[in-house]
Amino acid sequence: MPAVAETIETVQSVQEGGYKWGFETDIEMEFAPKGLNEDIVRFISKKKNEPEWLLEWRLKAFALWRKMEEPRWAAVSFPPIDYQDAHYYAAPKQKAAPKSLDEVDPELLRTYEKLGIPLREQERLQGIAVDAVFDSVSVATTFKDRLEKEGIIFCSISEAVQSHPELVREYLGSVVPQADNFFAALNSAVFTDGSFVYIPKGVRCPMELSTYFRINAKSTGQFERTLIIADAGSYVSYLEGCTAPMRDENQLHAAVVELIALDDATIKYSTVQNWYPGDAEGRGGIYNFVTKRGACRGARSKISWTQVETGSAITWKYPSCILQGDDSVGEFYSVAITNNRQQADTGTKMFHIGRNTRSTIVSKGISAGRGQNTYRGLVKISPKATGARNFTQCDSLLIGDQCGAHTVPYIENRCLSAKVEHEATTSRIAEDQLFYCRQRGLSEEEAVGLIVNGFCREVLKELPMEFAVEAQKLLAISLEGSVG
Amino acid sequence: MNAMTTGAAAFLGRYEGLRAHLPGGRTDWVAALRADAAAQFRAQGLPGRQVEAWRYTDLSPIAALGFTEALTLAEERLSLPAARAPWRAVFVDGRFAAGLSSLPPGLSARSLAAELDAARGLLGALAEPTPMVALNTMLFEDGLFLEVPPGLDAGVMELLSIATHAERPIAFHPRHLIRLGAGARLTLIETSLGPAAATYLHNPVFEIAVAEGASLTHVRLQREGRAGFQLATVLAAVEAGATYDNFTLNAGGRLVRNEIHAALRGPKAACHMNGAQLVADGQHADTTTFLDHAAPDCASRQTYKTVLAGRSRGVFQGKILVRQAAQRTDGYQMNQALLLSEEAEIDAKPQLEIYADDVKCSHGATVGALDEAQLFYLRARGIPAATARSMLVEAFLTEAVEGVRDEAARAALDEAVAGWWEREAA
Amino acid sequence: MLKIEGLTAEVEGKPILKGIDLEVPAGEVHAIMGPNGSGKSTLSYVLSGREGYEITGGSVTFDGRDLLAMEPEERAAAGLFLAFQYPVELPGVGNANFLRTALNAIRRARGEAELDAMQFLKLARAKLKALHMSEDMIKRNVNVGFSGGEKKRNEVLQMALLEPKLAILDETDSGLDIDALKIVADGVNAMRGPGFSALVITHYQRLLDHIVPDRVHVLMGGRIVKSGPASLALELEAEGYAKVAA
Repeated sequence: MPAVAETIETVQSVQEGGYKWGFETDIEMEFAPKGLNEDIVRFISKKKNEPEWLLEWRLKAFALWRKMEEPRWAAVSFPPIDYQDAHYYAAPKQKAAPKSLDEVDPELLRTYEKLGIPLREQERLQGIAVDAVFDSVSVATTFKDRLEKEGIIFCSISEAVQSHPELVREYLGSVVPQADNFFAALNSAVFTDGSFVYIPKGVRCPMELSTYFRINAKSTGQFERTLIIADAGSYVSYLEGCTAPMRDENQLHAAVVELIALDDATIKYSTVQNWYPGDAEGRGGIYNFVTKRGACRGARSKISWTQVETGSAITWKYPSCILQGDDSVGEFYSVAITNNRQQADTGTKMFHIGRNTRSTIVSKGISAGRGQNTYRGLVKISPKATGARNFTQCDSLLIGDQCGAHTVPYIENRCLSAKVEHEATTSRIAEDQLFYCRQRGLSEEEAVGLIVNGFCREVLKELPMEFAVEAQKLLAISLEGSVG
Repeated sequence: MNAMTTGAAAFLGRYEGLRAHLPGGRTDWVAALRADAAAQFRAQGLPGRQVEAWRYTDLSPIAALGFTEALTLAEERLSLPAARAPWRAVFVDGRFAAGLSSLPPGLSARSLAAELDAARGLLGALAEPTPMVALNTMLFEDGLFLEVPPGLDAGVMELLSIATHAERPIAFHPRHLIRLGAGARLTLIETSLGPAAATYLHNPVFEIAVAEGASLTHVRLQREGRAGFQLATVLAAVEAGATYDNFTLNAGGRLVRNEIHAALRGPKAACHMNGAQLVADGQHADTTTFLDHAAPDCASRQTYKTVLAGRSRGVFQGKILVRQAAQRTDGYQMNQALLLSEEAEIDAKPQLEIYADDVKCSHGATVGALDEAQLFYLRARGIPAATARSMLVEAFLTEAVEGVRDEAARAALDEAVAGWWEREAA
Repeated sequence: MLKIEGLTAEVEGKPILKGIDLEVPAGEVHAIMGPNGSGKSTLSYVLSGREGYEITGGSVTFDGRDLLAMEPEERAAAGLFLAFQYPVELPGVGNANFLRTALNAIRRARGEAELDAMQFLKLARAKLKALHMSEDMIKRNVNVGFSGGEKKRNEVLQMALLEPKLAILDETDSGLDIDALKIVADGVNAMRGPGFSALVITHYQRLLDHIVPDRVHVLMGGRIVKSGPASLALELEAEGYAKVAA
């Protein structure tokens, strides 16, 4: 795409203003009572008609959570969260589970259309199957038939619990155990929905799979759980997008994503996170406290995380790879923008366990306004990971003198033959670059958009095409008002 | 936590018993300073690994021992290494040894214990609230109190710290105040030594003030005995246009930490921190740096190299903080580790924390073994494998040690590196 | 000087050399020509003792000694010199220090007295002058920041200083312009004599215009498929490997 034209378009949309996904859908909802206790956990499990083992699993998680303390080590600050002052279940009222899109409430379909995610297959984005999650539940999954022909399972996790309990039971919590951390424990107790993917042996998933998360209701948290299993020799590319209405309260999003790649399998997981960031004064916005982790269990398996984090009041997540299989590969490509009062503490962990495991980390942090942006990462190499390799590049860009950019990498190596390289830079947009662009006729904001897109190029090129375009626009929008 | 509390309790016990007898014990301001430090140390204890700054260095071997003070020793029984500079201040078990020292005229160099009143307002002025500094303040007995008058080029001076052999583990906490007046210059070469088999803790704290336009080169050669511990803290304040250069060799000791806090407090101040850690079987070496850019137009450079042999552990933690006022900061940090053994472990945590936008800051870290292609190239030219390895290790250290320009310091450093290689790695 | 009999070698379980027979008498220059992947570089690394190559059969004697039983540095001390196709960069290692350490290690092995810094510098200057090279060459770090041509010239300088009995030139001509090529060739030619042999490994005939070999061997598929006088190189250039070897 010609970058200049794209940037101009972007800036126009900036001028039109603000967070354009901030509308609210008026739809009849069913809520669990506010608060969190064992009864709520039982309520959610019952609503979902879950088997006994899953209820027990949730209750165990809840018991663990009650003994845990909310972590405060990240470089973010927020007032205490009242975990009792939220609904842990909110769902659009529906008579029965929709069998097809025709049975889905038209208001919901219109919501997703407004968000640019047309669920009707005739209007679908070319070749992308979508699972749409609205507050607590999955409302629709497209392209199911086509995928079923390949033996691919792509459905909501609630549905998978009913239709493929053996897979769910085998893998749920096998990468992120219930006691992993405070928010993962909370999620394990109260998760309401999310996506489930299983790619059979040797199958290359013929289309991008996508989940679109939408928080709509007030005073709700969203706790989705995603589980992706790529069996031996398979390939899948998975996309995740998120938005929420503008509200002056903070809403909690505590998701868990688990990926499992067996021998020779590849999972590519891309996120464009655009939760409501709060207003310029820092009122409202989503607390995005997410646990994402992939296990490269098989030899020569590969997990690649790409994320563009532009939204949320606070982002706190570290998509990680456990490189168990020999010759397995982990990748993490990240762009995180913080503007106004946004805070982000994000990065990755690469655990090198198998021989000749390789990992690549490319992180681009952009701070503007009063934003605080932290890269935090761990590269850990065990004594048995002979021949392991890591390369890390962390770059930070500062726009304005009220923001902060921080880099906190941890390198722990116990293997003689391992090789680790880490580089980090912090800089601002050079005056001569800005001047050069402006001398060629670009406004300052256009020039910044252009330069920021260039700064993020290495990451954006990892995104599937449709997402890359959207991500570029988001970058510029997120930087609105940061110049001049 | 229990082990830590026990270790801390032993130190607190020494303080309670000795406080009236410690230097300044009957002087109000000193007693108050020590009491505050004791309260802080009582609250913090010896830091455990759950404390982020200590996540890679475990003090339980120190906490497990009960240390006492050294007895007074006859100075003439000591054999000193040859002098490297015309002037030398010698400390034996943390106490100034006047008979062994030769202090330069023209500048004010003396025992802190003897001149404590003159240090009022200076002692503790730069202290950071870390447990090791608190421990030092609580129990220091002596130190070098050195003031270089404005404009004087004081040349080279040596600071020698020697631990003696004792039946029981001894601890000493010297407090050194080094102050350079505006435009003054000094090279200070500090060597710490100890007997091979003695268990002791050397916990020095340096408070270093470099006034406008002054320049201090501080070379630290840590060659403690192999059963010794050194936990050193250097606190430096660098004013406008001044330069503080620190080079630290960590080659001895069983468990050592070299912690440096340097604050660039005036425009165009500069700081260079370099270091080499040579870690062999049974050793743990930690370098932790904190560079605080608090003023505009300052530059800092850090290069640290760690070589690990045998069953050993090396740690590097380095933080560059750029405050909002510190526009046009130029900060660079590199830390590299070379592993020679399958049983070695290296942990690195470089860190940037930046609040100013017009800055150029970067850090890099690498970890790896000797390069097989380089080794083969050298051997194919007839150089025996062991020589080839030592050449590559020496080359690896080059960038860190080339900043040591003073000949005496460089000779001492080269000798220490060669000695380490022959003893530990060849 | 060098006698190779039935040499076979593998890399990571894959046979590369499949039975090489070759003899380079003292005082002769032999060329080995072959297409990419024929085993040329493997042969030079096997002869110089690099790790990662498994000798599965055959023998190599050098000056009557079992070459394959020797460490790389012992081979160098015995008089074998490999001019690398890709000379290795040694950041932090000064060229002068490197050359003197290497020369003294070899002199020690030969029972000769070591040279001190001054003696070495005198010798190095003489060699630099003879090779029309600037003294800068020995002041820099080994190969660091050198252009391709400078690296190859540094290899020739090392050869001139270490005075080997047998030099193996592994594609020394690759990436060289004509001036650099001449310097390399002059360096080799200046050493020619009864006590010096060379094995010139190359893909192209170009270098052999300047270093005229006594014999040319064609290496294909891990075997010497044809040997002949210097004119064989011209034949290869004109006809191509496939036809000549057929």
